[in-house]
Amino acid sequence: MSAAATAAVAVPHRRTAQDEGRGDRPRPARDAEREARRSLRAQIARLDAQLAAAVAASIPDGGIDTAVPALDGPRLLALGELEALRDALAGRVAEAHDRLAARARRHTAARAELDRMLADPAANRRRRISLRELGEPGCGVWQVRPHRGLIGMLLGWWRVTLSSGCP
Amino acid sequence: MSSEIVVERGWLAPDLAEEHPGLGLLSCGSAIASASAEPGVRARLESLADRLRGARALELRREPVPAAYRVFYRHIGIDPDVTRTPVEREVLERLLHGGLRSRGRIADARALAVLETGVAVDALDEVALAGALGLRPAARGERLGAGAGARPLRPGRIVVADGERALYELFGALPEGVAPHRRTRSLRLVAVQVPGVPSIHVEEALWIVREALGH
Repeated sequence: MSAAATAAVAVPHRRTAQDEGRGDRPRPARDAEREARRSLRAQIARLDAQLAAAVAASIPDGGIDTAVPALDGPRLLALGELEALRDALAGRVAEAHDRLAARARRHTAARAELDRMLADPAANRRRRISLRELGEPGCGVWQVRPHRGLIGMLLGWWRVTLSSGCP
Repeated sequence: MSSEIVVERGWLAPDLAEEHPGLGLLSCGSAIASASAEPGVRARLESLADRLRGARALELRREPVPAAYRVFYRHIGIDPDVTRTPVEREVLERLLHGGLRSRGRIADARALAVLETGVAVDALDEVALAGALGLRPAARGERLGAGAGARPLRPGRIVVADGERALYELFGALPEGVAPHRRTRSLRLVAVQVPGVPSIHVEEALWIVREALGH
């Protein structure tokens, strides 16, 4: 890409809603609010990143709710609105983490079940566990089936197989 | 084909500059020879579409530039999961339609830029502009557009403006009279730099559109 020249331009002044709401507050109060707003924006950025990570981690199940109350932007948000947005995002992140933790527990339980099937197929006849239940990609299914069909069933020859499962 | 590009940095209202350090509005001029789509740009779009998959759409929001736009959307009161950022919109379009449809020369060039850099570029009719561009909150009583189609703006909404009037809401659609039309031959390409996005990405996006339009 070629070198790009940039030029700054003076701001045309217009009195805005923000100008009217700002008033003549003392400087320490303005500085404190500016710092609070900066901190809230940083927290919102972190929470959005955490929510994005949770959404990516939820694949393929999905189901992470990311909705927050509408704020009718684009505009400069008031301090209270930034706080409300931060709180809403924090709530969504907590819900997402709870959901992912519950899913991880289900996957662990399914993995333990599969281990039992593999250790003793005869004691787990016809049991099926899908790759999805294990949190793995693909649409295959682990299942305990009789070896050599009817003969295996009669003789108690059971084994665990993984079907491709995909249509 | 000229490689020279002069990028102008627009003005910012003090409130916006104080609230969002790193925010900027960059623009450059561009001519357009024809409104019809250019085969080379279509081919590049098709090639990009082939590389876009569902998993990428979800991972996209974790990439630095798209993530910066998502966060900025939140900071100005737009929910990026309701009003998608331009790059997420393009990727969703690809997933929903199985490809990137050609929508004319300017739209294709803009799609190419946003997919390659994550930075959206607006194309304005240069003739409709008066003075330098910038970002500011709308003033009381301002309207968007002209004539019977003009609509009132809520005070405080962030707008892209020139020296005389508000042109369009930030990240919003271009109203008639600002958007290029069939007889437009000269464009002003505009890109919003949000905090956390280096200037080079924004300039690259402008350059891609300008190049795709035949410079």
